[in-house]
Amino acid sequence: MTDPLIPPPKKDPLKRSLSPTQPPAVRSRAALGLTAAAAEGRFALQTCVDCGTVQYPPRDACCSCLSTDLPWRDTDPSGTLLAETTVRTSVNPYFRERTPWRMGSVHLDAGPVVICHVHGDVTPRARVRLRLMLDRAGQGVMIALPPERTDHMSDDPELRAMSSDPRLRRILITDARHPFAPTLARALLDAGATAIFAGEPETWLPNPNRAALADLGADLLPLDVTDTKSVERLAGEIGGKTDILINTARFLRPGGVLARGGTAVARDEMEVNYLGLMRLAQAFGPAMCSRTADGTNSAVAWVNLLSVHAIVNEPAYGCYNASQAAAYGLSQSLRAEFRTAGLRVMNVFSGPMEEDWYQPLPPPKVTAQALARSVVSGLQDGLEDVWCGDVAHDFRDRFRQNPKVLEIELAQEGGA
Amino acid sequence: MSRRQSYDGVVLAAPVTVPYVRYSTETAHWWIARALRETLRTADLAPQDLDGFSVASFTLFPDTPVGLTQHLGLSPRWLDSIPMGGASGVVALRRAARAVQAGDADIVACVAGDANHIDSFRRLLSSFSRFAMDAGYPYGFGGPNANFALLTDRYMQEYGATREDFGRICVAQRANALRNPNALMKKPLTLDQYLAARPIADPIALFDCVMPCAGSEAFLVMREDEAVRRSLPFARIRSTIERHNAHGGDPIQLRGGWTVDIDEFWDMAACGPDDIDLLQTYDDYPVISAMQIEDLGFCEKGAARDFIRAHDLTIDGDFPHNTSGGQLSAGQAGAAGGFIGLVEALRQVTGTAGPTQVPMARRAAVAGFGMINYDRGLCSAAAIIEGEGP
Repeated sequence: MTDPLIPPPKKDPLKRSLSPTQPPAVRSRAALGLTAAAAEGRFALQTCVDCGTVQYPPRDACCSCLSTDLPWRDTDPSGTLLAETTVRTSVNPYFRERTPWRMGSVHLDAGPVVICHVHGDVTPRARVRLRLMLDRAGQGVMIALPPERTDHMSDDPELRAMSSDPRLRRILITDARHPFAPTLARALLDAGATAIFAGEPETWLPNPNRAALADLGADLLPLDVTDTKSVERLAGEIGGKTDILINTARFLRPGGVLARGGTAVARDEMEVNYLGLMRLAQAFGPAMCSRTADGTNSAVAWVNLLSVHAIVNEPAYGCYNASQAAAYGLSQSLRAEFRTAGLRVMNVFSGPMEEDWYQPLPPPKVTAQALARSVVSGLQDGLEDVWCGDVAHDFRDRFRQNPKVLEIELAQEGGA
Repeated sequence: MSRRQSYDGVVLAAPVTVPYVRYSTETAHWWIARALRETLRTADLAPQDLDGFSVASFTLFPDTPVGLTQHLGLSPRWLDSIPMGGASGVVALRRAARAVQAGDADIVACVAGDANHIDSFRRLLSSFSRFAMDAGYPYGFGGPNANFALLTDRYMQEYGATREDFGRICVAQRANALRNPNALMKKPLTLDQYLAARPIADPIALFDCVMPCAGSEAFLVMREDEAVRRSLPFARIRSTIERHNAHGGDPIQLRGGWTVDIDEFWDMAACGPDDIDLLQTYDDYPVISAMQIEDLGFCEKGAARDFIRAHDLTIDGDFPHNTSGGQLSAGQAGAAGGFIGLVEALRQVTGTAGPTQVPMARRAAVAGFGMINYDRGLCSAAAIIEGEGP
């Protein structure tokens, strides 16, 4: 059984934090298919279109019939642990600091043999299910888990090294005024977060979430993402103990380009949605990146809540979606910049939410509970891309079928 | 009878081992030059007169054997590169032998050598193969230790072998190494010490692992009349086999490619396991030596543990095995690890092994195994060579 994590003692400020190191990060192009599947929590392997052979390790040609048509398909993750070892010495600095490290060889029911990480609760030579996850190099790796959930399973050191689990972590929600902030804070606390900081802009104005957040024990702190000084001030105060940052700040108004009659609103949207993210990243990013190997409550993830229409615009909210596209673009740059530190950028894409600014739209809409669930489970599974709600899933599938067709469909819906 | 053409008329001679060094500032070029110079000197041959050259090395980058010809001032009409790690010795031999037999070359110098700088081993591992990079090393980066730990774990489950059984192989090789002045390991090893050693990747412990080092090995392949003319002690080639990626459907490696070609191996040599005076296996880990003892037919599959318990594997024993101490006790000099057994066997059957000489050593079996591309070694090879003995 996994030993439950114990809350870490208060940090000794004189002690040096471990510098972040990385597991091996280089992959062939084919192997990146594994990473792409891991980024959204799928278990997929290459499958030969011509003969059906499931391939692993990733290849450029089928090992059975030499076909070069090897798409990634969702695959049954169950198998049997053939052999295992505990690595006690490694020449790689990342693993050297983390030995003993259990790994093994699993024969998948689907055919291939996989060398993988092995969870501490797996019984020798037993049945296992594999999960595909991102490691701290941001690359897809497989870990063998027991077939059924076990107690404190997520506290296993190997699983914890790959997830962004909120348990025993301190989390900043950047805008306490977001209508879903209290529900999100509660879900994070239920998942074991030890502290919630909630940024509050314009503290002199009433905040309908203030009482609810205070009741949960959240720390309300002044933060205006449009004000560089304000962001820097808060980063100076809590940047060194922010383990997960969830950017809920957003400026949302309906309307496309012609409905606006000017650029003032668009300017506000960019100030909050794009430049706000940039300010937060510049102020909090370096401190978080330096603390990704800092023990149980290391810095682990950066979460952006984005409209799914950041990817292809939906014209009824055309200008807002354009600012979301800018934020999405920035998130990809951040992901690359945080990569060597192992700080994960998780984008949660959702459709319209159950709230005032989306009031005229028909259902289905994303509820506060659904969003909170997506954020928490995404962090627990260590994902990079999370699709929250039916609209987002439908959008993702249509986008993957044909992005241009989706653009035309959205234009027709918006113009109708 | 084997359908393959015999190696009649071709011999190997002039075995050279350049003493290994744990860490060396020298390059692969330097190590290869040292071995080549020594083997040519033995045969009284000038570098300019060498017309065949075969090279095995992991650390020549950015050079290849082509660049090496200019670097070393050679002008061969036949050039080979053997990127097969632990199988490179036997593979170099069988290719060179056919070239000489066909007249494509008169004398082929087969050389293997590698550098070992501080951190070379980590760098070599990091770029060893695409499958290792994509699907091996991200999982704990235990290197070959972890791969062989998995095979050993499964082998022990399957056949009931114990750590003591593997320990007997290592302890006997250490005893052999103590008679080889060039072996890196100088201290005796007891079974208790073996069992109490620091764990590396369970069930592999310290004395199951080879020590990476720098070094080089070489020998010459030529026509028999050429060897006689140069007054070189020589060995004839009775049989060779080579196989890659055998038994791909086995979920984990419990046997090597030797099993595919074993009948032909003995048919071609027109003898059997009982006729062998000494065996040199590729011993990067003792489990692989145990597998070779089985797969080459010295005992049934899974019975290596009983075989090891019943035999004395030292130089003076009833089954002399890895008489120079092997890689486990003499050191693993990269691709030269694929030559160490063959070069020692050549010394043995030509009666020039000196302190490690096995009395009455005339016929030797040598096996090679190499290249952990992902989860198993892909190359296997074996040869039987025969000389006049001491």
